[in-house]
Amino acid sequence: MLRIAVCVKAVPDPKEATRIKIDPVTRTLLRRDVPLVTNHLDRNAVEAAVQLKEELDAHVAVISMGPPPAETIVRECLALGADEGILLCDQAFGGADAFATAYSLAKGIEKMGGFDLVLCGMASSDSGTEWVGPKIGALLGIPVVTAVREIVERDGRSWKVKASLENGYRLVRVRLPALLTVTRELNTPRALSFSGIVSARKKEITEWGINDLGVQEEAVGLRGSPTITANLTIMNGKDSKRAVEMITGTREEAAERLVEKLAAAGML
Amino acid sequence: MPMHDNMGARCGAVWVIAEQTDGRIRTGSLQLVGHARKLANQLGTCLEVVLLGGNLVGVIQPLFAAGADRVYLGNDPDLALYQPEIYTEMVVKLATEQEPEIMLVGSTSMGRELAPLVAARLQTGLTAHCIDLVLDENGILEQRVPAYGGLVSITCPDRRPQMATVARGVFPMPQLDEDSTGEVVPLDVPDEVPGRVQTLEVIREEPEGVPLEIASVIVAGGAGAGDLDGWCKIADLAKVLNAALGSTRPAVDEGWIGLETMIGQSGKVVSPELYIGVGLSGEMQHMVGITGAKVMVAINSDAKSPVFEQVDYGVVDDCRKFVPVLVEKIKEHRERALSRSSRSHGPTSI
Ligand SMILES: Cc1cc2nc3c(=O)[nH]c(=O)nc-3n(C[C@H](O)[C@H](O)[C@H](O)COP(=O)(O)OP(=O)(O)OC[C@H]3O[C@@H](n4cnc5c(N)ncnc54)[C@H](O)[C@@H]3O)c2cc1C
Ligand SMILES: Nc1ncnc2c1ncn2[C@@H]1O[C@H](COP(=O)(O)O)[C@@H](O)[C@H]1O
Repeated sequence: MLRIAVCVKAVPDPKEATRIKIDPVTRTLLRRDVPLVTNHLDRNAVEAAVQLKEELDAHVAVISMGPPPAETIVRECLALGADEGILLCDQAFGGADAFATAYSLAKGIEKMGGFDLVLCGMASSDSGTEWVGPKIGALLGIPVVTAVREIVERDGRSWKVKASLENGYRLVRVRLPALLTVTRELNTPRALSFSGIVSARKKEITEWGINDLGVQEEAVGLRGSPTITANLTIMNGKDSKRAVEMITGTREEAAERLVEKLAAAGML
Repeated sequence: MPMHDNMGARCGAVWVIAEQTDGRIRTGSLQLVGHARKLANQLGTCLEVVLLGGNLVGVIQPLFAAGADRVYLGNDPDLALYQPEIYTEMVVKLATEQEPEIMLVGSTSMGRELAPLVAARLQTGLTAHCIDLVLDENGILEQRVPAYGGLVSITCPDRRPQMATVARGVFPMPQLDEDSTGEVVPLDVPDEVPGRVQTLEVIREEPEGVPLEIASVIVAGGAGAGDLDGWCKIADLAKVLNAALGSTRPAVDEGWIGLETMIGQSGKVVSPELYIGVGLSGEMQHMVGITGAKVMVAINSDAKSPVFEQVDYGVVDDCRKFVPVLVEKIKEHRERALSRSSRSHGPTSI
């Protein structure tokens, strides 16, 4: 049986995430109750896992590190076809950078038992470092391929994949167990179905804290993070050196005037 | 340029992991070397570059010209293509021996994979997609990234090296001193790598049209396009202007266009003469990707959009209706200009 673990992150809904701002006075993050959703690309990772399950004998576990409300996205992944859900949830995990996040997730994956395949999104929409996947792979000591856009061939445990580059792709052979991070092109995530939602109600979500993982408090969360964030500077467009000239009039007039301005500036 | 002596240095060296394609050092690598030179000078340490590849004879001089003191050179057919295991192993081994203070990596496809693999192995911090790197009064690297409408400084105070990735175009091209030379330290390819992952081939796909990096006119579209139909109208504008088409993250997420067209902190950094932003809000993560544009224009239906604070000309309108009209006006302008010039110069003989 192919054992697959998918790392899924609960992120502020990107459609509303720009409402999250730094408070100019207190310098803290104003979250403004933006709802949490499954990170976009993690839906592609879940879809890939579920498709493999439909084709092969596979078991799909999703794992997420996050606050208690993150349980809803784990539940959603169960409704999409995952068999098992794990939420790493503990005050001590708070404030983790990419390294501490990867460390905790790697420990969780180890505790879940052996895996043939670990899938991550290429990037999260909120921190967007692209680091968590490859770092998990490095910590687990398994090979990593980032930005996988197509699984070209599966020959037992030897897989061939296409990994996106800025101007093309790499054809990569990778032997399982391996960690892949995936891009949008890999597949089209299925929509939630009613029967999926019903069957997800019966599935267990396991919650683990640091004691369950057997990790030290200093190794996770803010304290386990090599990087620290300091010096928030508020910046916005007002710092721009440009003074805008608004072009007004009817649609036709405005278009005409803009063309004139651009022509006068030698831009056409 | 004087050679710095590692012995007298207060700290380990500043490193740049360089890249080359087709026998030429990448522009982004040279820009990084240029900036790293300044950091090394401020720290009183030397600047070292790691370059791995398959056929590097006659390739490395620009690294010295840009300010490198020393180049660690892995030149071997096995390194011709980026091989994650061997590359990671070589950089980790060398860094463990040499203990650099700072390690900078280009935010390229390779760099974005290699940097976290190396950082995790070295158990150190790594900051993604920096837009500036400065030293604080204690010589700690402040790694600046935009976040939530502000700019944050990320530091890695206790572990070494301090690692960061930086996009091409964030730092200017340094003055190249063609007579500069330095030391070349050859690296051996490790014979024991597990061989669990292997790049078999690199296939290039050139996007159609003008590449963003060298385009003098860029039209960038955002979430305001609304749907693919709206997006195509923005694409038409790019076409009539012979411009490169850029995008914001939501446009990529919607699947209207590929990731390679995204402009910004985690995308491309561009410097066109003319930038036209259509249906985008001017979020800093996008705007930091546009440096030194001569003229900037925004088209947005919301008069209060922050994008209008960052451009020279603004039009408040629904882009799906305005852009087709603009395209027609540009065509008319072109025709008028053409007929004027043929009148003034007379018919050209063939
Ligand atoms: C770590 C990280 C890295 C990121 N890196 C990048 C990056 O490299 N590049 C990037 O672009 N983004 C990046 N982002 C995302 C970035 O923060 C913004 O979310 C994004 O730039 C917003 O894109 P937008 O302006 O298209 O969308 P929105 O902010 O949603 O703006 C849409 C705009 O369109 C206008 N509009 C709506 N309808 C119409 C219409 N019919 N006609 C005209 N205007 C209309 C609206 O008024 C609004 O101003 C990053 C985010 C994170 C967290
Ligand atoms: N807290 C988390 N819990 C589970 N998976 C995560 C978490 N953070 C990041 N990931 C995974 O790592 C990927 C890349 O995230 P990032 O490095 O933040 O861009 C995401 O798409 C997820 O698959």
